Amino acid sequence: MNVFIGLIAAMLSLGTPLIIAAAGETVSERSGILNIGLEGMLLASAFAGFATASETGSPWLGFLAAIAVGIAIALVSAELILKRQADQVVVGTGVNLLALGVTGVAFVSMFGKTGQLVSVATIPTFGGKLSIDFVMLVTPLVVVAAWWLLYRTRWGLAVRACGEAPHAAEAAGHNPLRLRMQAMLFGGATAGIAGAYLTLAQTGSFAENMTEGRGFVVIAAVTFGRWTAKGSALACLLIAFAYGLKYAINAMRLPVAPQLFDALPYLLALAVLCGAGRGASAPASLALPYKPRT
Amino acid sequence: MLLPFGLVLILALTILIFGLPFGQSLQLLFEGALGDKFGIHRTILKCAPLIMVALGTIVAWRAGMFNIGGEGQLIFGVCVGGWIAAAAGGLPAGVQTPVILIACGLGGALYAGIAGWLHAVRGVNVVISTILLNFVALHLLSYLVRGPLQTSAGTIPQSEPVDKAVRFSILDPQTALHFGVLLVPVFAVIVWFLLKHTTGGLKLRLVGANPNAARASRIGVTRVQVIALMLSGALCGLAGGIEYLGSSGILFDDFSPGWGFLGIPVALLAGLHPLWAVVSGLYFGALFAGSKNLEAFGATGSALVYAMQGAAVLAFVAISRFAVRQTEEAKS
Repeated sequence: MNVFIGLIAAMLSLGTPLIIAAAGETVSERSGILNIGLEGMLLASAFAGFATASETGSPWLGFLAAIAVGIAIALVSAELILKRQADQVVVGTGVNLLALGVTGVAFVSMFGKTGQLVSVATIPTFGGKLSIDFVMLVTPLVVVAAWWLLYRTRWGLAVRACGEAPHAAEAAGHNPLRLRMQAMLFGGATAGIAGAYLTLAQTGSFAENMTEGRGFVVIAAVTFGRWTAKGSALACLLIAFAYGLKYAINAMRLPVAPQLFDALPYLLALAVLCGAGRGASAPASLALPYKPRT
Repeated sequence: MLLPFGLVLILALTILIFGLPFGQSLQLLFEGALGDKFGIHRTILKCAPLIMVALGTIVAWRAGMFNIGGEGQLIFGVCVGGWIAAAAGGLPAGVQTPVILIACGLGGALYAGIAGWLHAVRGVNVVISTILLNFVALHLLSYLVRGPLQTSAGTIPQSEPVDKAVRFSILDPQTALHFGVLLVPVFAVIVWFLLKHTTGGLKLRLVGANPNAARASRIGVTRVQVIALMLSGALCGLAGGIEYLGSSGILFDDFSPGWGFLGIPVALLAGLHPLWAVVSGLYFGALFAGSKNLEAFGATGSALVYAMQGAAVLAFVAISRFAVRQTEEAKS
């Protein structure tokens, strides 16, 4: 029973940042932007949150700083992708490398050599062994917000039109560049929350490249979730379950190589992508550059 | 021609932003990378895997296959190579060397082939599948060096070293410069020739530039894409193989310090041109070789180079409007 509760707790804690980031990525991809730089956004905001909390002593200020960093990176990416029609994959790769390098250098120069464990105050938890925190409670609201924005507002309709046929959206009087920019900013803000959660709720510390591909896992989850807010959230929960299994396996002392369970979330993401297959539900203009006709 | 100045500018800005002593840092970087025989050989050793991965990246990206999985292909390649090395102990040393190297290449090709298959049959985005496969390969290596491939002596998580006679011959015992680095320019010329002067290369570039036009010319677009991806994986696997047989011949968790990722900006800044990739690889190889000297200032050397690479890629796309996918209409 303890193992079961531990598994659920791990699943909630590991799933929360994935679900929040996935809500933003869903909106972003629906507008036609595949944010490969999500990994870098998560890492940079994880560090920004950690550094701010360490300086001010307040994890909540850390969250604010992380959101600001997520939005700033989204702005830079938007400038390159939207204004200059740069390739989304190339820009994302650049963002990822830059975040990896800058956080690595900044961490060492601010906190000394790696290996020395620096920890900051984390956000409070309650609920006993399940250790629920405030962000976890807000997470379903973020998913609902993404759904509501996409399907219940005129803005969402226009954003989805941009992801399918930006020229048609433009002909209908919308500004695809501005809509894509707004979708990317939403993605940046959610990535900021998710990144900060990694340092300010889960661990209370930072390590170089600590996101370990979570950004990419989120992108896979959005694909598996068929680009819907609810679907992406469920896909993230499934992947969080795979992350959590490792802890359960360790707790039960099963004679299985733990590295194989480390690989499980990624294998699962691949399997679901394979199972999802070529669907008509992908935004038709996803990851394609757009140049306004006028 | 703007690019070299831009790269130097970014280097200067990085040093300033991170608050390192300017003149001293540049001097230390230069000494570490090109100051003497040791520096120069270190630069050559560092750039070899970068250039090989960059060549792999070029082959795939030129065909419109955004292979971000060089790291996974490199690691899976050396896993296969390590397995063959453990199995082929009875063969003469002169036979083992090429067999292990080829096994690394084949392993990389096979691993890229998984992403190719997912793309061709299930329509899975190559960017995402190759990235995910990176992590699977990393954990596979981690498992192998603690299980089937672990050395019999002791409990350290690493493989049995490849016999010295099987490894590449050392050209300079003082710096451990090995024969394998000579293969790198050869591969660069081969890739350049294949892309530029063969029908297959023309098809590959056409598929990348405009899949619809390629389809109209009766080119099997999916087939060319999968082949390009597998060739790319082979080159990344060979990058690992050259390192495996050129260094200590031991596999361990952090066998690759991220060459598979670092080769991508090398290729991008070379404008996806195989011969320029050698130049671009030498530049970043020199930075890696020199950056070790900067650790005295508290900056981790390689993280500094990551930052510079990322900044260079972003600055490059900002200035040159570097678009791999030209138009929306190019999509099928």
